Amino acid sequence: MKKVVGYTNAWSVAPGDTLEVKVSTYGPAHYHADLVRVICGDDDPDHGIFREEEIAAPFASEYPGRTQKTAAGSYASIAASPRLDALESFTVQTWVFPTTPCKGKQGLIAHWDAGSECGFALIIDDNGAAALHVGDAGKSTTVSCERPIAERRWHLISASYDATTGAIDVYQEFLGPPVEADSSAVAHGKGAYRAATGPLLMAALPATSTGSGRSIPHHNFNGKLDRPLLTGCVLSHSEIGALAWDAMAREREPTLVAAWDFSRDIGSRRVIDTGFNGLHGTTVNLPSRGVKGFNWSGNEQNWQHAPQEYGAIHFHDDDHYDAGWETDFSYTVPDDLESGVYAVRLRADDDESYSTFFVRPPRGTTTSKLAFLASTVTYMAYANYQWHLHEYFAEVTDLSWTPVDADDVFLYQHPEIGLSTYDHHWDGSGVRYASRLRPVLNMAPKTDLGGYNLNLDTLVLGWLEARGIDCDVITDEDLHHEGSALLERYRAVVTGAHPEYFTTPMWDGLRNYIARGGRLAYLGGNGFIWRCAMSDEMPGVIELRRAEDGIRYRDEEPGEYYHEFTGEYGGLWRRLGMAPQALVGVGTVAVGFDASGVYQRTSASFDSRVAFIFDGIGEDEIIGDFGYLGGGASGGEIDAADPMLGTPPHTLVVASSTGHSENTWLVPDETGFHHSAMDGAQNPRVKADMTFFETPGGGAVFSTGSIAWSASLPHNGYDNNVAVVSENVLRRFLDPKPFTVPR
Amino acid sequence: MYEIDPTRTDLIAEFDASPSGPYSRELTMVLNRLRLGPMDERFIVVCTKRRREWAVARMPTERGHPVELIEGAVFDNEDDAARKVFRLRWQAVTGHGPA
Repeated sequence: MKKVVGYTNAWSVAPGDTLEVKVSTYGPAHYHADLVRVICGDDDPDHGIFREEEIAAPFASEYPGRTQKTAAGSYASIAASPRLDALESFTVQTWVFPTTPCKGKQGLIAHWDAGSECGFALIIDDNGAAALHVGDAGKSTTVSCERPIAERRWHLISASYDATTGAIDVYQEFLGPPVEADSSAVAHGKGAYRAATGPLLMAALPATSTGSGRSIPHHNFNGKLDRPLLTGCVLSHSEIGALAWDAMAREREPTLVAAWDFSRDIGSRRVIDTGFNGLHGTTVNLPSRGVKGFNWSGNEQNWQHAPQEYGAIHFHDDDHYDAGWETDFSYTVPDDLESGVYAVRLRADDDESYSTFFVRPPRGTTTSKLAFLASTVTYMAYANYQWHLHEYFAEVTDLSWTPVDADDVFLYQHPEIGLSTYDHHWDGSGVRYASRLRPVLNMAPKTDLGGYNLNLDTLVLGWLEARGIDCDVITDEDLHHEGSALLERYRAVVTGAHPEYFTTPMWDGLRNYIARGGRLAYLGGNGFIWRCAMSDEMPGVIELRRAEDGIRYRDEEPGEYYHEFTGEYGGLWRRLGMAPQALVGVGTVAVGFDASGVYQRTSASFDSRVAFIFDGIGEDEIIGDFGYLGGGASGGEIDAADPMLGTPPHTLVVASSTGHSENTWLVPDETGFHHSAMDGAQNPRVKADMTFFETPGGGAVFSTGSIAWSASLPHNGYDNNVAVVSENVLRRFLDPKPFTVPR
Repeated sequence: MYEIDPTRTDLIAEFDASPSGPYSRELTMVLNRLRLGPMDERFIVVCTKRRREWAVARMPTERGHPVELIEGAVFDNEDDAARKVFRLRWQAVTGHGPA
């Protein structure tokens, strides 16, 4: 199985940029690295279209193997402080919403030095009960409430230590629905405590120092914390209660050491102490913020309108932002490396992995009139997709036994590598963040075309190469940061098979480009569907809140439909009043993963405005009755025109698909009510529309509305009518002659 | 829930003849029943060598644990692996062979 994996610190680079390559091996003592240009990554021997070129690179060599630690699991870290070091008597408290209280010991708030065994740790113990652990240089005591706290119910958990008597009190107080059993409990005991040094952690316990290598916190907590607070005295039970509900704890408690307010700076990594000592901190590994707190009333759905009710952070033991691996070697992109898709190819024993990246033309320049917009934000959303490994209904969706390969097995056996936005955390909550700062096994050549990731897009790139159509490769992240100025350097832009996820800056940039004379060929399906967000502070990660409806593999938490990174409402662009039909003429109507359909020309295809599209195509010719996804060019996820959703009135629907299967279904947003005729065998709305419209700026948009389109391009050595239609469009789009909107 | 009649060995024969379908309505019901079980200890097909070798394996009960390859269940084509998984799941659900 997998023996070597790696990642790069960036996906999009330009000549002069330096790429850092990080590698981990699992067994082999050595691995070999070299550079390849990925031309077509489909290595199915029956297809015979795989193409890569080895490129000379200074790093190409043999390297010693080593297994690198991966830092999974989120927590908050408060920097070391003399105020913490001087702590004697104290009370520590926090609201807690546990999501896996019985998974074993979990840290809540800990100022603990595992080396000297000094300090305190408020924890959920192995029995699922609140407990305080204190230590004094090896003499340690745990006082536990011994009664498991209720899963997914708020509790106020507090503990105090009296330095004069050694007395310990622990309170576990239930704040669940009044119709449920009260899981409150109290415990008293005695112990010895001496303050620790070093940072204070929330939602994890500090690792035992190993003396070498990285020490990664452990015993991560699954669930939410709200309003953690620490005082330098023993509070009475009533004082604990008063402070827990008080948004201005510093006004009431002069011995306050820190009162952390997670409703401050939502969208950042910062953790703010509202007390006197400024014990601020940071979150690590992207726990979820902008989430409902213990006092959420339901009167507001937007965290920006009632931040005091969104003062919780949801931590997960499998959250992931940056794997944090050391760099094995670097590569400065030379000036003469042409724009394209490249990969560091890693080989160890009988295993092979690719760490893929994209090389832009030198910054501020172009080397082609055509840009291929690589869907890196979508690749990120799908990064290390494991839905089929965890969801019981995956097989009835995919219509097969769970399809698993060596990459899947590796991901299953190494959950620390992290999940995709299609997956659920170990505690059952949906994954909102997906990062590229870790190995991303499915963003690579030689992966399953049905994964709708980069490898499917290499069929478009392989076709462009085969037909001698030059293009620069630019990425979603470039578009996000640079807007339409990036696109306006190009006469035309072509997409891959599945540009599904778009941030607002990406959407605005593409729309502005189209409006100002750009030409867009959308050779895919299920594109421009979901709004997602990126962070200026945390590069290389997307946030996705799948509000309301749409085909999705998890539900969003009610009351949490607004992204924390941007404050924007999440979900379908359609639900925001900006359906993809208004951007590209078509939007998703149906999904099916078995048999694909074929396109038939409509009467509109004979309009002189679109004669160029069908040059060489017969009047009655079926288009795309072949392909590697379902055997046809219209399939997977398909889009149709809809004037009600914004398809421009002068749009020509030049072809539509037929022949869809009974396993191809209308998407939820297309129907308000289930009925017995929602499938492709019965419902005439289950079809892809091929559309074209001109823009007042002299530009135009062509859309195929099908993911399977790309997988038909290589048929018969790229000599087929899907390829002809696509090339006709691109050739005309690269012609400077302006298009004219019909009057 | 649909219950599989373990005497309907004709449906096993139908699956054997065309593991990737199309299926009769009755076989579709059987497959949906076999495919809607929990992930824990589910028998699956693992492609161990790309497009050349497939093995039958059992999922563990928890993430992070090893995926267990079933001894002797390695095939040079995906259909044979699918046939083996069909039999293993049929036996697990019905309590009757064939395995």
